[in-house]
Amino acid sequence: MKRKPPASILPSEITPLDAFLNRRELLAGALATGALAAGPAQADSAAPQPDPRFNFTRNARYSTTEAPNRFEDITSYNNFYEFGTNKDDPKINAHTLRPRPWSVSVGGECEVRGTFGFDDLIKGLALEERIYRFRCVEAWSMVIPWLGFQLSGLIEKLKPTSRARYVQFVTLMDPKQMPGENDPVLQWPYVEGLRMDEAMNPLALIAIGLYGQALPNQNGAPLRLVTPWKYGFKGIKSIVRINFVSTQPSTSWALAAPSEYGFYANVNPEVDHPRWSQATERPIGRGLFAARKPTLMFNGYQNEVAYLYKGMDLRRYF
Amino acid sequence: MTREQRYRYLYKPVVFAASLVPAVLLLLGAFGVLGKDLGADPVARLLHSCGKTGLNFLLLTLLVTPVRRLTGWNDLVRLRRMLGLFAFFYLAAHFTVYLVLDRQLDYANVLQDITKRPYITLGFAALLLLIPLAVTSTNRMMRRLGRRWQRLHRLIYPIAILGVWHYWWQVKKDIRQPLLYAGMLAVLLGSRLAFRALNRARAARGGVTSTSAPATVPEKT
Repeated sequence: MKRKPPASILPSEITPLDAFLNRRELLAGALATGALAAGPAQADSAAPQPDPRFNFTRNARYSTTEAPNRFEDITSYNNFYEFGTNKDDPKINAHTLRPRPWSVSVGGECEVRGTFGFDDLIKGLALEERIYRFRCVEAWSMVIPWLGFQLSGLIEKLKPTSRARYVQFVTLMDPKQMPGENDPVLQWPYVEGLRMDEAMNPLALIAIGLYGQALPNQNGAPLRLVTPWKYGFKGIKSIVRINFVSTQPSTSWALAAPSEYGFYANVNPEVDHPRWSQATERPIGRGLFAARKPTLMFNGYQNEVAYLYKGMDLRRYF
Repeated sequence: MTREQRYRYLYKPVVFAASLVPAVLLLLGAFGVLGKDLGADPVARLLHSCGKTGLNFLLLTLLVTPVRRLTGWNDLVRLRRMLGLFAFFYLAAHFTVYLVLDRQLDYANVLQDITKRPYITLGFAALLLLIPLAVTSTNRMMRRLGRRWQRLHRLIYPIAILGVWHYWWQVKKDIRQPLLYAGMLAVLLGSRLAFRALNRARAARGGVTSTSAPATVPEKT
């Protein structure tokens, strides 16, 4: 990847996180809103208190009214193979990840290229809480109060050229921090991608937190993708590279098992996984006797995303 | 204590109690007793734990014969029936969790799963084949069936293969665990072929052969 000094973000413009947060706090204070006033997800009394340095508003338009899962469930039941393949492995093993300092390199078909510190990268992007449904390809689901910003805002900042048709994301490759990368379960590093119009859809979120707190390591600290109309594996974690490309990028699960996982990975109750049904899902955190519930087309986000796939054969482009 | 009494009043109760430990732990978790819980997805935990424990007991059952051959501890066969029945117990629990908790008694859906999902077809076939073995595990049935009992109970071999295959096929990507089970099963089944070859060679030399693990009907007590 080409590395040249950033075109539009100067080092002098870099703001440390604290200053960034404080500035937003002042703004928020002036508006008499803020994290607490906006009311982060309150469903879980055992959840840690929201970090007061984060100022955000709840985006009601894009939030489900369903009750979020408990913080404990969201942070102890994870697929993050970089820390092991069992659901409880990431919580146990992810302490080796150092999410700060963190930098992300940006390259490919865009004007703003280079390596940016985390705070620099997210500078100026409005933080929001969005309560999204989360549907795993393994047919279970959660409701998660993410804290993040719209991916479209970041993309606009990076100024992709007209040749950019896809955006590719890459996870950190460092077996010292991510011991699971020593095991050849998947090809490392984890890679994901979106078509540009998908990436610009307002639902596509870069999460930097949940329950009003910085993302726990096991959930993909310090920044991860969230595309709630797609299966969870599209939500690449601990991103270190963003590339704008003209051809469809490889994605990890499609590389690992192309007959079972596709590039699009849209939640679709009518297109089964070759080995199991996708018609229903088991909601996590509702105990032993919770009924499975029917899975919704695009995980219930048809109104927001169906236009992206108009005329496409979703059996073929699964 | 006579040998018979030792098995009856000591070894068997101990093995029985030990075999119940996984079930007790899962029940404690299910009811949240002693600070135990089954995690964020209790149904999946129950389902997978019962299946895995059942598979473990299947392999333990198959371990009896090779251990007898290698150590000469022939009385071990007295414990084999219990191990086999515990395999049936845990695998029946596995199916029950699937039917009642996972599929909420949606029989149409279950039927569809069994016919449409190859890994479920395999697992279900294995469970069905275990039923006649459990039913004919009594002393009475052993006596009544005679030599046919042994032939019937050789079904344990295809059952174990189906069980491991079922496990392998439902794993998303990380097949290391199922691979380990397949390896252990291969050793257990392979040992039987090896013993048989050894017997043949001995017989050819005119030596004494040991018969293949007879199912001893315990003496009436």
